[in-house]
Amino acid sequence: MVKLDETPLPGVGMRYDFDGRYGKRIGVITHRDGRRELFVSRKDDPDATEKSLVLTEEESAVVADLMGGSTVTRRVADSMQDIEGLAMDWLPFDARSPFHGMPLGQTMMRTRTGASIVAIIRDGTPIPAPGPDMRLQAGDTIVVVGTANGVKRAAKLLNGEPIELPEDHPLNAANR
Amino acid sequence: MPLGQLFLELGTVILVLALVGRLAGRIGITPIPLYLLAGIVVQVVMHLGEAPEHFIHTGGEIGAVLLLFTLGLEYTSDELRSNLKANSRIGVLDFALNFTPGLLAGLLLGFPALGAVLLGGVTYLTSSGIASKILADLGRLGNRETPTILAVCVLEDVVMAVYLPVVAALLLGGTLLAVGLNLFVALAAFGAAFFLAMRYGHVLSRVMNVGSNEALLLGVLGLVLVVAGVADLLKVSAAIGAFLVGIALSGEVAERARHQIEPLRDLFAAVFFVLFGLQLELDRVPDVLVPALLLALVTSLTKFWVGWQGAARAGVQTRGRFRAGTTLIPRGEFSILIAGLGLTTVPTLGPLAAVYVLVTAIIGPVLARFDGQLAPLLERKKPQPAQGG
Repeated sequence: MVKLDETPLPGVGMRYDFDGRYGKRIGVITHRDGRRELFVSRKDDPDATEKSLVLTEEESAVVADLMGGSTVTRRVADSMQDIEGLAMDWLPFDARSPFHGMPLGQTMMRTRTGASIVAIIRDGTPIPAPGPDMRLQAGDTIVVVGTANGVKRAAKLLNGEPIELPEDHPLNAANR
Repeated sequence: MPLGQLFLELGTVILVLALVGRLAGRIGITPIPLYLLAGIVVQVVMHLGEAPEHFIHTGGEIGAVLLLFTLGLEYTSDELRSNLKANSRIGVLDFALNFTPGLLAGLLLGFPALGAVLLGGVTYLTSSGIASKILADLGRLGNRETPTILAVCVLEDVVMAVYLPVVAALLLGGTLLAVGLNLFVALAAFGAAFFLAMRYGHVLSRVMNVGSNEALLLGVLGLVLVVAGVADLLKVSAAIGAFLVGIALSGEVAERARHQIEPLRDLFAAVFFVLFGLQLELDRVPDVLVPALLLALVTSLTKFWVGWQGAARAGVQTRGRFRAGTTLIPRGEFSILIAGLGLTTVPTLGPLAAVYVLVTAIIGPVLARFDGQLAPLLERKKPQPAQGG
């Protein structure tokens, strides 16, 4: 299991890095403006960056896909997530979402997806059990818990993508 | 003066700045010291008409206001609080080692006490603009010493938040009672702005946070200038008023306002540096040359030591410590700003600060890129970063 270090970089963003098995420190910097920077450290000077690659948000999503990650399995490391039938995920939230600036209640997350929002991480501070009046902001990370499919639906809902509900779901009737 | 001539002269000055900026980028230093030099050259070579001179004056003042406004915007986030906790020791070391030389030098040079305090501010403040530019340009954001460098800059901003209103109040002078009253007003205004920002910042932020970028830009800029104007009329520094507005705005609106205001700030800040160069009393430069160089030497060493210690605490090796030390050496925008505040009180402060900033802003970035060659030399001399620093 990879042990990820998280370091805030004031004025820049957040740095996540880990010591790679093949002898280099590898990390990602999430800039405040949405850019992602992928870097590896030098072998002779482990504190220094040898190469860095700056990606737009979109490009980094593509790279993440190529590397075999998906939004739902991104951080499956904690034992909490291993409970049978229960999934938990950290969903990034940005201004492209249709719910940007809206109160949390309007997403109707639990009704529509079966997943619950248990916390919001804003500016690095977790806000546990946010109320329905809390407005979603770009840069928030939304922590959701539900079934694996429910969490996937939650990610789609927040992105404004259509979601397929289970056959027997009451909202199915309403949508038609 | 015909409008054509105003545009011509102003355009020439700004184009020169653009060329200077490109040159600075080419040789890998920041343009701030070169903008200063440009101001000096304009003063010596080219005689500006009254209208461009007037524009540069106003523009420079706006630049100072926007510089402090954006500093205030950085302020109310949680990063600062966690930083304060985690790095307070290195912050104290930084203040003690870098404020004191300026203060002592001021007293030795026979400045009034307030002038010495201003010089202390000049030598204390690392240019976070130059530091972050070095970090970004040399691809060092991922380095292990980088959080330390940024933390020192952030802590200095925090100290500035208290220092600036106090100094601005002291600058008004007058009787002991008047000074006390000014000081009280300044601290009360700062405290109130801070309290309101914490408590009701979201209300102001929501009111200001309109969807349209254009309306946001105009709203924020208008508010900043109005508050700065009121502050100036109340004989509190205009820049401090802007700073307080920056503190009061938080969250999303601060983020958006920063994006919107930054290009404007860059333009007017450049004009501000030109203005500073333009106003320098050049005949005083020879008198301050030796003290400025000595001060630059001493405070480069003390700043280097702070970076070295901070990086060592973060478990960074010699080369990284060297980079942290050298990245912190340059002084820039806020040193000039502080010197600018005190120009009327201590006329020699301007030339002294200008030479000082020129020297540190050049040696810092130059040293910062030779870590591979220079750091090993220190390793032999100092196998253990000495005790008791």
